[in-house]
Amino acid sequence: MTVAPFPTTRRSVVLALASDDAAARTRAFDTLVALYWKPLYKYARVAWRRTREDAEDLTQSFFVRAFEKESLATYDASKASFRTFLRLLFDRSISNEQKASARIKRGGGEVHLDFDAAEAEIGRDEPRGATPEEYFQAEWVRSVFGVAVDRLRERCDATDFELFEAYDLDDDRTLTYRDLATRFGFAETTVTNHLAATRRRFREIVLDTLREVTATDAEFRAEAKSLLGAKA
Amino acid sequence: MRFLSDDAIAHLREVAELPDAGDRYRVIRELGRGGMGVVYEVHDAELDRSVAMKVIADPHSEARTIARLEHPGIVPVHDAGRLPDGRLFYTMKLVRGTRLDAFARESHPRTELLRIFTRVCDAVAFAHANGVVHRDLKPENVMVGEFGAVLVMDWGTTAIAGTPGYMAPEQQRGSEADARTDVHALGAMLSFLLRGEKDRRLNAIASKATATNPADRYANAQELGADVTRFLDGEPVTAYRENVFEQLGRLAVRYQMLIALIAAYLLMRAIVFFWFRL
Repeated sequence: MTVAPFPTTRRSVVLALASDDAAARTRAFDTLVALYWKPLYKYARVAWRRTREDAEDLTQSFFVRAFEKESLATYDASKASFRTFLRLLFDRSISNEQKASARIKRGGGEVHLDFDAAEAEIGRDEPRGATPEEYFQAEWVRSVFGVAVDRLRERCDATDFELFEAYDLDDDRTLTYRDLATRFGFAETTVTNHLAATRRRFREIVLDTLREVTATDAEFRAEAKSLLGAKA
Repeated sequence: MRFLSDDAIAHLREVAELPDAGDRYRVIRELGRGGMGVVYEVHDAELDRSVAMKVIADPHSEARTIARLEHPGIVPVHDAGRLPDGRLFYTMKLVRGTRLDAFARESHPRTELLRIFTRVCDAVAFAHANGVVHRDLKPENVMVGEFGAVLVMDWGTTAIAGTPGYMAPEQQRGSEADARTDVHALGAMLSFLLRGEKDRRLNAIASKATATNPADRYANAQELGADVTRFLDGEPVTAYRENVFEQLGRLAVRYQMLIALIAAYLLMRAIVFFWFRL
């Protein structure tokens, strides 16, 4: 049996940004904020060398203006990937110093963006000779994988996630399947099987997430190839 | 959101790309990749053992090619089939050891490296005798096992294969590869193993094997391996015409034990002779 390499279960939020349905637009916007706020904030801090206060204001105001003016809906998939479009829009916003006191709001309340956490992350993996574009892309990948890990935690069995977390998320690469089997009281084969299944689930979630933030199938395949080396 | 380090992201990319290997096999990690496919370490649930699985990028009869080569120097194929995503795979013995390129960088005596090389020639000669040409021989495709085994890997590559530095000129031009194409790669491999070597006979063997004109090379891997064996045994090699002094030097090395015994005997006789004269 041949299975489709890319699941198509989630609707693209990029397309939903241009929807007539205000609720759908808001949901799409929230997803975009979740995936993009941290890469953009770090990009402003590292690539544009802005102060923390500046970067916070620029990030907040960028999303507020983008939502109010519906500028994201002007995205043309034939010209660039959505990721590039968003970065260029942000570049323009920084050039114009479009700071504002406005704050992103969802459902009437202010959205808390954890700038302290983002600030702590800057410098943990120092970019080595990367161009601003490469830096932004690397942070975007970190964000997509981070969101996918959160979604995996919500959707899979707690023990399976603990196994995945211990073996695949921890920076200690000396751990073996045998160590995990001992720690969790499983047979080594069980560890192998559960990890394989959880990784498959993780891959599906990453691809679902990419499907959400791309507008066309070609863009989706290009991003999937760049992120996972997945064969189109 | 949990912070993922660059290392964690690189690892996640790798594991997320691991293929679904069906019910029988569970992929553990990627071992290596090349133009012809990717090799993974997988666990065979049916036989409860680890094996190597090669997922082939382009469908062709690679597994069948290798399966008919039963030789101690060639990695045996266990199984072949299709992954759930439709790609072809075959499994083979998981060879644990050191790749020859890494092995050669460690400090091993020249004789040991040459003995390994002759075993590579044996395996390639066996393949040639069965009508199979490797096309991509290089130190990276030879594994020196933990218990002294020498295995040639990555068989069954297509005509477009080859690695710069090892590819024969006719292969670079896109001509049909034959046994002499592999002889060129073996010669380049010998040069790699002999870096900085001063011995003219060994350098002549490598030069003959890598001759630009295929007709000037050894006809096959067996002839090349035999010349290296002759060198190891202190016999004259076909690739180099020795002068009288070189012949004497070689014979002195070859018969050094006998010469030492005769010298000791003569010395003893001389001591006895002078002792009684006094």
